[in-house]
Amino acid sequence: MAKDELMNYEKALEQFEVVIGLEVHVELNTNTKMFCGCRNEFGNEPNTNVCPICIGLPGSLPAVNKKAVESSIKIGLQLGCEIAPNGRFARKNYFYPDLAKNFQTSQFDEPIAFEGALDVEVPSGKVFTIQIERAHMEEDAGKLTHVGGSTGRIQGAEYSLVDYNRAGVPLVEIVTKPVYGAGAEAPELAAAYVRLIREIVKSMNVSDARMERGNVRCDANVSLRPHGQEKLGTRTETKNVNSLRSIERAVRYEIQRQAALLAKGVAITQETRHWHEDKGATSSGRPKSDADDYRYFPEPDLVPVQPSKAWIEEIRATLPENPADRRKRVQAEWGFADLEFRDVVNAGLLDQIEETVKAGAKPQAARKWWTGELARIANTQDQDVTDLEISGAYVAELAGLVEAGKINDRLAREVLTFVLAGEGSPAQVVAARGLEVVSDDGALIAAIEAALAKQPDVLDAIREGRMQAAGAVIGAVMQAMKGSADAGRVRELLIEMANK
Amino acid sequence: MSEITPDLVRHLANLARIDVNENEVALFADQLNLIVDSVAAIKDAVAGDVPATSHPIAMANVFREDVIEPSLTQEQALSGAADSADGRFRVHAILDEE
Repeated sequence: MAKDELMNYEKALEQFEVVIGLEVHVELNTNTKMFCGCRNEFGNEPNTNVCPICIGLPGSLPAVNKKAVESSIKIGLQLGCEIAPNGRFARKNYFYPDLAKNFQTSQFDEPIAFEGALDVEVPSGKVFTIQIERAHMEEDAGKLTHVGGSTGRIQGAEYSLVDYNRAGVPLVEIVTKPVYGAGAEAPELAAAYVRLIREIVKSMNVSDARMERGNVRCDANVSLRPHGQEKLGTRTETKNVNSLRSIERAVRYEIQRQAALLAKGVAITQETRHWHEDKGATSSGRPKSDADDYRYFPEPDLVPVQPSKAWIEEIRATLPENPADRRKRVQAEWGFADLEFRDVVNAGLLDQIEETVKAGAKPQAARKWWTGELARIANTQDQDVTDLEISGAYVAELAGLVEAGKINDRLAREVLTFVLAGEGSPAQVVAARGLEVVSDDGALIAAIEAALAKQPDVLDAIREGRMQAAGAVIGAVMQAMKGSADAGRVRELLIEMANK
Repeated sequence: MSEITPDLVRHLANLARIDVNENEVALFADQLNLIVDSVAAIKDAVAGDVPATSHPIAMANVFREDVIEPSLTQEQALSGAADSADGRFRVHAILDEE
């Protein structure tokens, strides 16, 4: 892969207007697949959740999963969309072994939901209204593993292995209209939009919404045009962007790459590009124009979906509060200042903090752990904090242990690393590893006396009111006890000893 | 007459991974032309104001409840595969090195 030339980001924005468009695929968490009764489950042995329908054997007949339709309607309604009174499935024909049928059953000109809008707040606090063009139902494809070749990716592979467990899993694809005017904030807006979609589908429990498992995937369209030009520039579609951080990085990269080409007078090729997290770059996939003829036609094996008004209203009545209302409510409940709350929202931590507070933590303690130490750990692992393997209940337990004085902050941070390593709940880790703060006076006094033996003047200093002298002894005791001493108690004991 | 050329037949055969010889290319071109021409006759029969029909019988909302049914075993699933490995279908690599 030749290294692309990139233009400085600020310079690119001076010269060009950025237009983005986002396609988000949401995998629904129904029990079964879209058109057959096979289990919809991640992580099973390959080709064990398959049947004649989802591996496309001749003569098999699909039937639409009612729950998947209901979930799609929920998503449509929560995005402010109209629900189509009549919608058909279509065959999207293509030759690629990720589906055994040689077509994907999708919706084409009659999506189940259309014309919605979503207000999305970016980290600066600015709010953009994103117009939703449509949300349609389709099926996911199987998983290909490319074997051999120089990179382990598709290029140069000798053969591919196909697992159809995911083939036929219900998907909702949400497509935005072109988004103008985000300027330098386009990358942040793209990530904030996907975060909000995740929040929405999770709040309705229609998807597990785990990006690392591909439950939510984003294709980012980016094009540039000179300021003041009416005509849209040629766009590229970057696929394979499966974390919020990558979305932001990929959009930014495309802006800089395209700007460098346009500035040199080179036309942008309309194509699919792949995002490489490790290289922090996109690379050219297949040109779009050639593959765009999918010969859509109505799926003859399925009858139209015609949700009645009564059914739609019934579903509407079950919707949870919309994300904007929820944000207002929880901020008031938790008493967070605007800036504190914005940090929480931007980190996508509303669910986590709500769960932690529900499990008994004080809101400020929940916020402190999630936006502090946990965010820091996630950052060092190049992960999204929401993807850490820790529950709100565990964080609440940790905060509880600190509040009860069983562990101090330093020990709590240590406990966290073991909890994240899968050693059990914070209380279990504290017990198993003996990480509890030592506030047993006997042990503390012994350590203090050992420290005083080396610094005999300290007690005099304290008697004379120079409390800062106590620090040296507290530090020595902490060091001797590997951080597990209850510092407050050490201080108290020192004062007692000085005043004896 | 429609436009199913021998080259188009070869292209389709290649996409579908079907081996065809030159006699078959000519044969299939003729047959496909006949099929496409026959279907094209419908253009003369209807005007633009007739909505496209995907089903002859007006039916809607045939749903399946979200209930798990037995799947095939891995052996059954792979039993018709031309090639398999590690419990998966083995297929030719699709794209060449770029």
